[in-house]
Amino acid sequence: MEDRDLGGLMQAFEVANVITENSSTRTLLLKGRLESAQPGQFVMVWLPEVGEKPYSIASAVPLALTVSSVGTVSGKLAHLQPGERVWIRGPLGKGFRLMGEKHLLVGGGYGAAPLAFLAKSALKQGGQVKVCLGAKSEADLLMERRLVDMGSQVWVATEDGSKGFQGLVTSLTEQMILEERPDCVYACGPTGMLVALAEVCKRYQLPAQLSFEGIMRCGVGLCGSCELLEEICKQVGLPSGWLACHDGPVARFDGGR
Amino acid sequence: MDELLETTFLGIGLKNPLVVASGVLGTSASLMERAAREGAGAVTSKSTGSEAWAGHANPVTLAWGNSVINAIGLTNPGCQEELPILVETKRRLNALEVPLFASIFASTAMEFGEVARVIAQAEPDLIEVNISCPNVASDFGEPFSANCASAAAVTRSVRSAVSIPISIKLAPNVPNLAQIAQAVVAEGADAITAINTVPAMLIDAYASRPVLKNKTGGLSGAAIKPIALRAVWELAQAISVPIIGTGGVASGLDAAEMIMAGASLVGVGSAVVNGGPAVFRQIAQELSEFMQQEGYQSLEEMRGKAL
Repeated sequence: MEDRDLGGLMQAFEVANVITENSSTRTLLLKGRLESAQPGQFVMVWLPEVGEKPYSIASAVPLALTVSSVGTVSGKLAHLQPGERVWIRGPLGKGFRLMGEKHLLVGGGYGAAPLAFLAKSALKQGGQVKVCLGAKSEADLLMERRLVDMGSQVWVATEDGSKGFQGLVTSLTEQMILEERPDCVYACGPTGMLVALAEVCKRYQLPAQLSFEGIMRCGVGLCGSCELLEEICKQVGLPSGWLACHDGPVARFDGGR
Repeated sequence: MDELLETTFLGIGLKNPLVVASGVLGTSASLMERAAREGAGAVTSKSTGSEAWAGHANPVTLAWGNSVINAIGLTNPGCQEELPILVETKRRLNALEVPLFASIFASTAMEFGEVARVIAQAEPDLIEVNISCPNVASDFGEPFSANCASAAAVTRSVRSAVSIPISIKLAPNVPNLAQIAQAVVAEGADAITAINTVPAMLIDAYASRPVLKNKTGGLSGAAIKPIALRAVWELAQAISVPIIGTGGVASGLDAAEMIMAGASLVGVGSAVVNGGPAVFRQIAQELSEFMQQEGYQSLEEMRGKAL
């Protein structure tokens, strides 16, 4: 399995294997590695004649992408078979940087996709990994089994109460912050969840690393499509004009320490 | 603040000659303010047309080494929506003493005048007239920059619509660049911006098709610096109005070379890929250091040295 330096251009990768995560989500294991990739970074994934979309990196060795079928490109990606090809450019953006030893990871919905990669890195460094996973209902949960199997402790929140804590993952996370006193919170999910978490972490003077979504077009800091709305920047305490592809997708906050 | 880099362009004072090229970071007041805070001498907004335009689908950009190919396709909200963005941008840039250049495009000469009239209400320091985007031929036809008559017609239309300074942005891929420039200057252009991106294509052999959704795109960055230098050098000898030299500038030395070719201001765009928005401060500092080492007292002294 070859380590690939893509040098900015897209390169073809063959699908080696496909893992079904839930009814609409699959993980594509590709033939090839992106050893330089950090958890939280992303790649642009191209299917000729179909389109190109950003995906967080689910694993670097081998390169893997977790894809939920929600649109044209993702629908085609989620149904790729071993032997078929995808084209990748990246890794792009700035990822998570592990801080301290007690790590609290938070994933909302599809935002759980990059957390297994982050958990793996943290555990490899000898850190302790706890995870709060949120979803609408049990059927939408992602990565729970995998995170448990690799040695992290996982709590679940579902909005309909079909599994675990009933309610938003942010409420669950606040409880866990109080009980576990982590050194840093790492989160990926919808913007509303991240804004709420930024507020919670600020209240407890806890460092936080939040991975924001953006509409990625160029992916390299030119076109401005992925700029985080100025009011969101103000709410969470980022400088305005913050670009998810260049400055993020992971924004780091020191918790006012 | 570096006095060596201060310059006056068409009566407009700039802290340094580095201009954010159109199409880069020019989509919102907050991003243009950021570019100004990161050290740009002036900021050009993303080209706006008469109506909202989505542009092309992904893939729209690839960047490798210090070069870029793009076919974003003039994504913009239309001039009526753009106007309040530019009003707010102008307010923020005024506070930083950084001028705003507003870029416009249109599909007919008459429409260019109409868009210019709307955008002029934001009181930009200059209107840059983009008649040379290579990525929209299937939407808007052959670029107006392709010949003297159409370039002159657009200039006439914009000139009669607005009294603020106008710069016409030209393409390098013509056999008679100097004549086209002379034609637009004769119609009242106050400056020339040169060059736009160069028509180009990338093909992926494994996919056996062009990589960009639009198939062709505009090449920029290091790959086109020699093309831009030639164009600016030729223009500087053919016309007497100032030139915004744009194409492949990523360092202080690149900027010095562009000025020596005859440019008054220097556009910076693709360098943002590797340098981030902070690249403007970096290039300005390198340019100042070069001037000090070589004993230049002002930009004027360096301008056209290679002619």
